[in-house]
Amino acid sequence: MDELMAILTELRPDVEFEGNTELIDAGELDSFDIVSLVGELCDTFDIEIGAEEIVPENFNSVEAMLALVERLQED
Amino acid sequence: MIRNILEYLEETTKQMPGKNAFCGKDSALTFLELQQKAKEIGSFLVGYKKRNTPIAVMMEKTPMCIAAFLGCVYSGNFYTPIDSTMPKERILSILDTLQPEVLLIDEKSKKLANNLGYTGEMAVVEEILGCDIQEDALANIRKTFIDADPLYAVFTSGSTGVPKGVVIPHHATINLIEWYTETFSITEKEIIGNQAPFYFDSSVKDIYVVLKTGATMEIIPKQLGSFPIKLMEYVAERQINYVDWVPSSLCMVANSGTLELCAPECLQKIMFVGEVMPTKQFNMWKAKYPNAMFANIYGPTEATVDCTYYIVDREFADDEPLPIGYPCENTDIFILNGDRLAEADESGELCIRGRCLAFGYYNNPEKTEEAFIQNPLNPHYPEKIYKTGDIAKYNEYGEIIFMARKDHQIKHMGHRIELGEIETAVNSIDLVETGACIYDEESQRIVLFYCGAEATQAYILKKLRDKVPKYMFPNVMMLLEEMPHSLNGKIDRLVLKEYYENRE
Repeated sequence: MDELMAILTELRPDVEFEGNTELIDAGELDSFDIVSLVGELCDTFDIEIGAEEIVPENFNSVEAMLALVERLQED
Repeated sequence: MIRNILEYLEETTKQMPGKNAFCGKDSALTFLELQQKAKEIGSFLVGYKKRNTPIAVMMEKTPMCIAAFLGCVYSGNFYTPIDSTMPKERILSILDTLQPEVLLIDEKSKKLANNLGYTGEMAVVEEILGCDIQEDALANIRKTFIDADPLYAVFTSGSTGVPKGVVIPHHATINLIEWYTETFSITEKEIIGNQAPFYFDSSVKDIYVVLKTGATMEIIPKQLGSFPIKLMEYVAERQINYVDWVPSSLCMVANSGTLELCAPECLQKIMFVGEVMPTKQFNMWKAKYPNAMFANIYGPTEATVDCTYYIVDREFADDEPLPIGYPCENTDIFILNGDRLAEADESGELCIRGRCLAFGYYNNPEKTEEAFIQNPLNPHYPEKIYKTGDIAKYNEYGEIIFMARKDHQIKHMGHRIELGEIETAVNSIDLVETGACIYDEESQRIVLFYCGAEATQAYILKKLRDKVPKYMFPNVMMLLEEMPHSLNGKIDRLVLKEYYENRE
């Protein structure tokens, strides 16, 4: 969780991530952010995020992103 | 001879009134409906009794927004699309330069418009619709119309922090559309997957191609642009066969592996515009779509969207740049080195001559004179050319190759940005002493260097939210104790580049 938050706040220090459940739906994160984020997550957590995982549901909140990372780490 | 782009609409409406012209996710307009709505809006605008004045349009990206643009044209005026997601300060700066007769908004943008603190005239499109069409008044306007009347003005980033409004006449747009539809064999069978926002001029092509040929435009919901598989599923769902996308979007689809999972067969024509298309990702697309037509298209807003093109007709190695190719029909391109033509293998500044040229920047004679100059090769009579600021040369095939910018303009995620505009915004933040930007082409990051130890990165970005669009946000920020200067007193960007490369 801490590592994820560190990545997010470095990427977008201006965004309030905690408790925010519509990061995508409200347009807080744009395509540049998603591309950077996917790259960072893969590097940091040593996972591969396939195209089928890059969907709004997996990025709308910190919890959703964490769940994605944990799921992929188990695989 | 076509003189007004409305002639495209009217002819197509006669031939296929019930065909869908523009489709959004939840709404659509047929050609007949589009013409009807445009005339209603035009009839309302006629009431202002103005000709060739700007009308700003700040609406959601829906088919009705196109009707509003065309309504402005019916009224004998020109339109300027305004991006409602831009910060307030930037919207107001544009409106201040433009001084529009009226700002057209819709129910969706109403709240935002009311919060702007804009004191000029506003009108809500939903309230205008349904008003009586004044055929006589509209016909009278058309009688006195000439093809050198302006059609639209779009704003681009300005290096001093004030965006510049590029004014484009009807004849330049007609010049573009006639060439484009013929060269790429666009017909009513085309289903165009539009991603370019309407405040970007590359959407101009999508819009007027539809009016001329009876093709259909599918407006792809913006959010899908971040999610490649959803994007390609939408292409399949709407049976889109033609796209004209920025390379960053095509690269995202390729890099995420989406093409291996979803590559709808309907796609036949794939164009890239707005920035350099990396050859590696192009080859990934080509491998998946061996029979599709691919074209690399180049052009600044000031030359009405496109001025050179290259239909890919041979193999390219991943490290070989795609040419920008050859001049579009009825457009002259030449490469200047100082006041003379560059030699065969010499690079120089790409310059443009022809019907495609904008009139200049709205209410900005200084910037206009800098960029639109007398042709230095012709001392005999007045003849304007546009200096693009792009450095180019010819390759061994006689094709034009884009090499670099000669100033601090960059292309980032398809957006044209003057680093000076970001710097002006950063320098206006109270806790920042000074700031300067460079661009890392390789990783596509805007890098900001700044002095002012009390300014945290979060503070800077929060302040920038009110000043520049999100796509201008620095992606890397580095605090310096002192800004490096060269001997002539300018910020030394080469030293900044070293700092960046040697960081950590």
